[in-house]
Amino acid sequence: MELYQKTAAELSAMLKNKEVSSVELTKAAFARTAAVEEKVGAYITLTEEKALADAAAIDAKRAAGEELPLLAGVPVSVKDNICTKGIRTTCASKMLENFNPPYDATVMDKLHAAGLVMTGKTNLDEFAMGSSCENSALQKTRNPHNPDHVTGGSSGGAAASVAAGEVSIAVGSDTGGSIRQPASFCGVVGLKPTYGTVSRYGLIAFASSLDQIGPFGRCVEDAAMLADVLRGYDKMDSTSYPREYDSLTAGLNADIKGMKIGLPKEYFGEGISEEVSKSVLAAAETYRQLGAEVVEISLPLSKYALPIYYILSSAEASSNLARFDGVKYGYRAEQFDGIIDLYVKSRSEGFGPEVQRRIMLGTYVLSSGYYDAYYKKARAAQRAIRADYAKAFEQVDVILTPVAPTTAYKVGEKTSDPLQMYMGDICTVSVNIAGLPAMVQPCGFDSNKLPIGMQLIGPRFGEQKLVNAGLAFEKASGLSNIVAL
Amino acid sequence: MKYEPVIGLEVHAELSTKTKIFCGCSTAFGAEINTHVCPVCTGQPGALPVLNKQVVHYAAKMGVATHCTVNRLCKSDRKNYFYPDLPKAYQISQFDVPICENGYVDFEVDGEPKRVRFERIHFEEDAGKLLHDEGDGTVVDFNRCGVPLIEMVTRPDIHSAAEAKEFLETVKTTLSYLQICDCRMEEGSIRCDVNVSVRPMGSDKLGTRVEMKNINSFSAAERAITYEVNRQIDVLEEGGQIIQETRRWDDSRGKNMVMRSKEDAQDYRYFPDPDLVAVEIDDAWMEQIESEIPELPQSRYARYIKDIGLQPKEARILSDSFDKACLLDDGVAMNRVDAKAIANWILSDISKYLNDKGLELKDTRLTAAKLVDMIELIEKNTISGNAGKKVLVQLFETDDSVDAIVEKLGLKQVSDEGAIRKLVDEVLAANPKSVADYKGGKKNAIGFLVGQCMKASKGKGNPKMINQLLSKTLEQM
Ligand SMILES: [Zn+2]
Repeated sequence: MELYQKTAAELSAMLKNKEVSSVELTKAAFARTAAVEEKVGAYITLTEEKALADAAAIDAKRAAGEELPLLAGVPVSVKDNICTKGIRTTCASKMLENFNPPYDATVMDKLHAAGLVMTGKTNLDEFAMGSSCENSALQKTRNPHNPDHVTGGSSGGAAASVAAGEVSIAVGSDTGGSIRQPASFCGVVGLKPTYGTVSRYGLIAFASSLDQIGPFGRCVEDAAMLADVLRGYDKMDSTSYPREYDSLTAGLNADIKGMKIGLPKEYFGEGISEEVSKSVLAAAETYRQLGAEVVEISLPLSKYALPIYYILSSAEASSNLARFDGVKYGYRAEQFDGIIDLYVKSRSEGFGPEVQRRIMLGTYVLSSGYYDAYYKKARAAQRAIRADYAKAFEQVDVILTPVAPTTAYKVGEKTSDPLQMYMGDICTVSVNIAGLPAMVQPCGFDSNKLPIGMQLIGPRFGEQKLVNAGLAFEKASGLSNIVAL
Repeated sequence: MKYEPVIGLEVHAELSTKTKIFCGCSTAFGAEINTHVCPVCTGQPGALPVLNKQVVHYAAKMGVATHCTVNRLCKSDRKNYFYPDLPKAYQISQFDVPICENGYVDFEVDGEPKRVRFERIHFEEDAGKLLHDEGDGTVVDFNRCGVPLIEMVTRPDIHSAAEAKEFLETVKTTLSYLQICDCRMEEGSIRCDVNVSVRPMGSDKLGTRVEMKNINSFSAAERAITYEVNRQIDVLEEGGQIIQETRRWDDSRGKNMVMRSKEDAQDYRYFPDPDLVAVEIDDAWMEQIESEIPELPQSRYARYIKDIGLQPKEARILSDSFDKACLLDDGVAMNRVDAKAIANWILSDISKYLNDKGLELKDTRLTAAKLVDMIELIEKNTISGNAGKKVLVQLFETDDSVDAIVEKLGLKQVSDEGAIRKLVDEVLAANPKSVADYKGGKKNAIGFLVGQCMKASKGKGNPKMINQLLSKTLEQM
């Protein structure tokens, strides 16, 4: 077995036992990347020199007998909407193509403190707006399982980097499914943590009230280990919860006898492909056999989630992205006549069509005369959806659903029809609207050998339940550490 | 026809917190361009604001002092617009739920009581500053960006430029009493926008309102209002109509010009800032805020007239300055010397010293206890009033005790009767002509003789005793 085929959990043990050094691992990661990157295109920027230096520093510490955190020395990729000091952070946009942040995001400090070695910055839909990674203005990323198919998005580069064996773990972000849907399309594990558990300081905002940074891994344990590194209160982010977190890794337990798992009937009807439905229902059957109690539940407001999501996220995006005006940093039009013209040209030339579409949509729903009908109503509906979930979690421990209506579709298949593309988010957005944690992992393959994913949704701060339920299924199904190519 | 002006003000005051409203940068004025900046206040991608609790504290203090209802759950909203001095392209402010609502201040205009109601007080961040003459193009200085402000919006209760000016002075005094604003007008720490309309006297309908911006001092506000009221009356008198618009005041030319019409009014697309969770003022915090409100100027003003017997003008000078009022009240509270004597020292020599030096009381070392020590020595005839003036200068500039200063400068008055008698006898003997003049009916010759005695005592003789002894001796001669 090659090093690139190992999970982060395995690599962590090997490093601890000094069977391998971080420099060796890092070299292996870049060798693998060199071999497959042309087909995959996961990265926008590779930081090999810095990675090798960081790895050497970790090795030196280990050699000196220092006690190191679990993932110290393990290579990790980082989504390119997370600020890295002095390393360009593009959001896959022409607008920030040459932007070098003057500071590190809090999660970068955490990765550094835990001794992880960043390999580079991964591709995404421009400003995380999209579900296929095709909206990147800078890079084309393809599904490692079949390069004719999309990776999903927006964290397509992150998911692909893990699925292609370039790294075992990756940091992504999820606003409406941006970790979970590409995890599903690429056959890896992705966790969207409870809103407020991972600092957003330094995550270039798409929709502040929905964005959450989270881990990708080759298996549930990988995701749990990286989540342990990322979580934690940050005084620089006023939406982060002032509380302590127990280690998910230490709490891993595959015994789920008596666990109550809910199957919301609204998630298995029209619009979800039969292959996907069948596969997720088969997973439910596995859970039954493992001693869980599987019950049908109802989340009646699910049908409103998509419009609520597009109203709230676009409204916030229209304001969050207003700072990209050509004045201070980022793209500035070469020719302009006065300040208004500078704004108009810089933004028209710097932003791609999907970003402009959402800015216009968001500007519209916040406009005087429309605010009450759209934004205010969506906020009220958001509270109702939260209540919907709260009621469901009185009955069950976790909720099991599909992740997306289909498996990874073909490149170009949906780019001309934004609404069709938006429909693909139908199973994931309500989790962000309710601020809940959810985890995605492979539960099968379709007839084209493309991965099918399943989603486990937990109550607020219910991550431990999710990883335990995920681990139980992973052990029973053997669907773990799937490396494509 | 006679017209009545109807005026409402929007006053912005910079709060004197040490750090900015959403980051840890210093708020100090006058620093090198773009040195008090960080990722947060320059709107770097990914940077997040965290509300400075001191801002909430200060804003709530102003609310309590002006009889407002304080909303205990403080939410923040975004006001979206593009301008190069606004790095996020939105200003974090408060929209539908301001921290304070429905208050008022009372004051006097030409001796008549006046009340102006506050509609709201909210907190927000200041923008940066555009510098147009720093070489090529325009430079944006973000040092000011993120300095906390409160905006105070009045009801249209003001009916003259003079009332507006008195109102602004009252707001300024209140801010300084609460110690939440430096009130340095030249640094722009208090600014205001003015809404003006006029209506026929006796009407209760409001006329069309014009907003005026770019007013940089209280006297400019007075001039701008007078101008705008007259302009509107002229338009109406000529049969025209007032157009709802925003006009820009040009103080140097003494006139205003249209800035934008109602049609150009921006849609700020306010919405709750998703980066900031609401901050709650709990009961303990509220009690703390309430406990920090000192006795306010209006109340002290009344007390100084009634209890100390000061003239309204004197009471106003003292109550207008928190430092002076506190010096007086602290001194009076010691109950050792005449209250009016303390007031007089503050009104005369202390005020003069501060004016001459361009200082404020808090910049000096004078304390109420030392001032009282000094006055007490005068009342006991240990030193003369003139010597007191010399002691005072030392009290401003050193930490020495009054006794030590008197000792050091040798100011102790000679009040020993034997010594004074000797002086008087010598002076009378040396000035027979003046004695003759006095005896001949020129009673004011005694002034010269007192002067000679003082001179002979090198200024240390007790003038009262000298006077008495001289009079007595001359009468007996
Ligand atoms: Zn700052």
